[in-house]
Amino acid sequence: MLRCENLTQSYRSGTGTLTVLQDISFAVEAGEFLAIVGPSGSGKTTLLGLLAGLDRPAAGEVWLDGVGLSRLDEDQRAALRGAKVGFVFQAYQLIPTLTALENVQVPLELRGESDPSRARALLERVGLGDRTGHYPAQLSGGEQQRVALARAFSTRPKILFADEPTGNLDQRTGAGIIELMTDLNREAGTTLVLVTHDPDLAGRARRILRLADGRLESDTTT
Amino acid sequence: MTLRALVQLAWREGRASRRRLLLLVAAIATGTAALVAINSFTANLRTAVSAEARGLLGADLALASRSPPTEALRTLADSLACAGAIPCGDRATVTTFSAMGYIPTRTGVRLVRVTAVEGVWPFFGSITTTPAGTWPRLQAERVALVDPAFLTALGASLGDTLALGDLRLPIVGTVDHVPGDVGITTAFGPRVFIPGALVPETGLLGFGARAQYDTYLRLPTGTVVEAIADSLRPRLRPDRVRVRTVQDEQRNLGNALERMGRFLGLVALVALLLGGLGVASAVHVMIRQKMETIAVLRCLGGSSRQVFALFLIQAAGIGLLGSTVGAAIGLAVQQALPRVLGEFLPVTVTPTVSWPALATGLCLGVWTAVAFALIPLLGIRKISPLATLRRPYEAEARPSRDRWTIIATLALMLSVVLMAMVQAGDPLRGAAFAAGIGVALAGLWFSAFALVWGLRKSFPHRLAYVWRQGLANLYRPANQTVSVVLSLGFGTFLLATLLLVQHNLLRSLRVDGGSRRPNLILFDIQPDQAAGVDSLLHARALLPTPAVPLVPMRIQSVGGRTVQDYSRDTTEVDGRPAGWALRREYRSTYRDSVVGSERVVAGSWWGPGTDSAGAPVSISVEVGLAEELGVSIGDQITWDVQGVPIASRVTSLREVDWARFETNFFVVFRPGALEAAPQTLVTLVRVDSASERGVIQRAIVEQFANISALDLSTVQRALDDIFGKVGAAIRFMAFFTLAAGLVVLLGSLATSRAQRLRETVLLKTLGASRAQVTRVAVAEYLALGTLAALTGLVLALGSGWALARWLFETKFALPGASMLLLATGVVTLTVGVGLWSSVDLFRRTPLDALRNE
Repeated sequence: MLRCENLTQSYRSGTGTLTVLQDISFAVEAGEFLAIVGPSGSGKTTLLGLLAGLDRPAAGEVWLDGVGLSRLDEDQRAALRGAKVGFVFQAYQLIPTLTALENVQVPLELRGESDPSRARALLERVGLGDRTGHYPAQLSGGEQQRVALARAFSTRPKILFADEPTGNLDQRTGAGIIELMTDLNREAGTTLVLVTHDPDLAGRARRILRLADGRLESDTTT
Repeated sequence: MTLRALVQLAWREGRASRRRLLLLVAAIATGTAALVAINSFTANLRTAVSAEARGLLGADLALASRSPPTEALRTLADSLACAGAIPCGDRATVTTFSAMGYIPTRTGVRLVRVTAVEGVWPFFGSITTTPAGTWPRLQAERVALVDPAFLTALGASLGDTLALGDLRLPIVGTVDHVPGDVGITTAFGPRVFIPGALVPETGLLGFGARAQYDTYLRLPTGTVVEAIADSLRPRLRPDRVRVRTVQDEQRNLGNALERMGRFLGLVALVALLLGGLGVASAVHVMIRQKMETIAVLRCLGGSSRQVFALFLIQAAGIGLLGSTVGAAIGLAVQQALPRVLGEFLPVTVTPTVSWPALATGLCLGVWTAVAFALIPLLGIRKISPLATLRRPYEAEARPSRDRWTIIATLALMLSVVLMAMVQAGDPLRGAAFAAGIGVALAGLWFSAFALVWGLRKSFPHRLAYVWRQGLANLYRPANQTVSVVLSLGFGTFLLATLLLVQHNLLRSLRVDGGSRRPNLILFDIQPDQAAGVDSLLHARALLPTPAVPLVPMRIQSVGGRTVQDYSRDTTEVDGRPAGWALRREYRSTYRDSVVGSERVVAGSWWGPGTDSAGAPVSISVEVGLAEELGVSIGDQITWDVQGVPIASRVTSLREVDWARFETNFFVVFRPGALEAAPQTLVTLVRVDSASERGVIQRAIVEQFANISALDLSTVQRALDDIFGKVGAAIRFMAFFTLAAGLVVLLGSLATSRAQRLRETVLLKTLGASRAQVTRVAVAEYLALGTLAALTGLVLALGSGWALARWLFETKFALPGASMLLLATGVVTLTVGVGLWSSVDLFRRTPLDALRNE
């Protein structure tokens, strides 16, 4: 489903080149639940960005559902994301001017689908069936993240990337979100890639990649 | 905390958002530049006018009259020039009249203004000629000098022979500059300079010809000119001799130029105010975004007063930097102004820095930035340190309505009114201008508010997604819809108003309009020439209108009181006839029917036939003149028609459309009384082709030298030319306003940049292509630009209509095409600037969405 080889990322800074990721290779099977863990600054988010095609690597290659990302231009990668990838962010990243329902519809609309029934059903599924017309500012953090989950699943993605999805939430709300996310994941048979520094959360994954200083430190399957 | 420390902190705090601050600096700079440029230039003009003052008149004193100087006047002039002093002063006589000038060996003819100079004039200032130094030849030789425009119009060159009536003179040079002369006036008729002694040889100043006779005097040094002028005026008034002095000239010219400068200055002020608006709106948003910084500062022990001072210092810094940059740009623009306005200036302006103008610009710039920033800044006091812990999501820093906010608002309004008053140089006009700005801004604000409100209330859910997203951005948190619509809309409003005024003024002066209307006027036809002219025109298959008689006359008495009575009586009483109306020369006609350009509004028009013998003749008076003379139906006026008194009675009042270039009259007589009086005739004819008009004018002038022909299409071209140039000068300043509007737009884009970036990148992460992201932006700017342009246009229609209706008193017409062009231009600019400033947003990789927050 997802494979990367010799992935290296570096940024040019004032004094020289800063290597954030070095020589990372692994593969994820369809339906797998993978957690990427590591301390702050270990390169977790950079890796996630490269895997999802949000950025180009300095070296190496990523294959998403068999497609090599480096051969695609930005719009092609955007189209690929729209078709196969879902995202959940730490800060929810809802569009403040759109209602909950409209936010869930955005990825569908970008593909030209304007029927709101799927978005509505998803909001029902995440328990927000009665709040479809609310704006993000009118929702609590947990509710916003549930809207974000509904949005992530709206296009029936093959793979879901989640970046610290509970980072901004209290423990109980966070647990509820993880519950919901893994449930949806199971129902849809989606591959799940989760970035976190929360060991409890990572413990729920069947496979854990541990990063340190931009290198792959360990790859354990439970 | 010391001031020094505060300033330092303000600097550190501000440097992070340099791009945004730079745009605020630009917003203030644009207005300051316009203001400094125009005010400094006006100061230069003032200096130039007083430096060249004596040259404007060319003499110490001038005695002007419509009839040749009498022997008594000559004696008086000589005695004044000498006044017992040694050496004696000088005297010169300049006679000015219109005539047809042509070159016998070439085709074509031009109506020219003949200036016949007798004596060494001007006494002060110098006349520039090509070849240089040709001017004195007028005093000794039989030669002529002409405006370069005359040579161009007839395709003539130096050395050719000029024909003026019966006079033939070689053209030995062109006159390039006469002190006090405004370049643009040559558009109506180029000037021709001849020796004064040769005027009789032209044979042109016969009966009915109009000429002005100016006797110029140089008084012995030490003479108090004003005292002499004051004592001369009452003595010479009965003889209809006007006394002009250098001071009069300077005052009149100074006033006219001052008005022009002040008007343009007001336009510049608008640009500055728009910049202030941009500052206010940016500060408002900035405070909301800096809420955390502010809360942290408060947590660290800063008092709300200190934090407030911190940001106020930033605002003042922006104002100072902006106005300094603006002043520098303004001084550069000032160098260009003589080129834009040159044709209207009777003096040569050397651009030099006017320190008062510079200082005023700097002060107004800083003050505008501070005054406009003040109200949103007051919100800072409401931010509690608690915000560090919990950022309220709906962080709407509601404008509070406490005492300070009210004071700040009043201070802002008051300072705007004051600035307008100072710039207008007249409290009433300034207040009216401020009120006008207020109404326009209120209209724009309302329209922006209505859009946001309307979108919120009933969002067009059926639109395609990118459109919905773009429109939704108009009311996103921290949106600047209102400020952008205000500033762009105001720029549009100003430009559109100017276009409308120009169009309507020009249209009302459209003299060659209508394909059937006459376009050639022949005047000064002597009665014995009428038949000849008629047959000349008929021979060319042209159908002139029936010749209209013109009888020159003056008023002898109104309601039994003579003009002399009136002028001796200096008491000011309402309803007393105005001096000019009593003293002027009237050219009246007689006919038995009403013509198309007039309408009887009181009394009744006479029937066919004549008044009974012995009774006063019936006359019809133009409404405005009747008011000036204080006469109404039934009143008696006695006329002096070349020495013969003719009694008349007002039987009707007429409204006359003077803008129509036809033979219109203040006073029309019933037939029967004037037929035998000395008179000239006017006839109008339609000649379609321009070349034929030339041929006919030439044929007439060769056969009847004294007849003048006025080609209305030439007049039209001159009018178009003048209005075009006036329009260009005003637009030059108005563009600063539009520029200020665009800077505000850029500023607001920079302010909302972080949020735009987040959204753009998020959309891309969710699968949006670059084209889709671009289209969202296009939708937003298109809506913004369209709203601003349309509202600006609607407001301009209102003001243009009002100006046409009440100020220029013409019917209002809409130049659809140019309005559409302006609107399209504004929308295109808005979308263009919006996209241009977003280009790098679109380029960002979506990874940024994961980072940050």
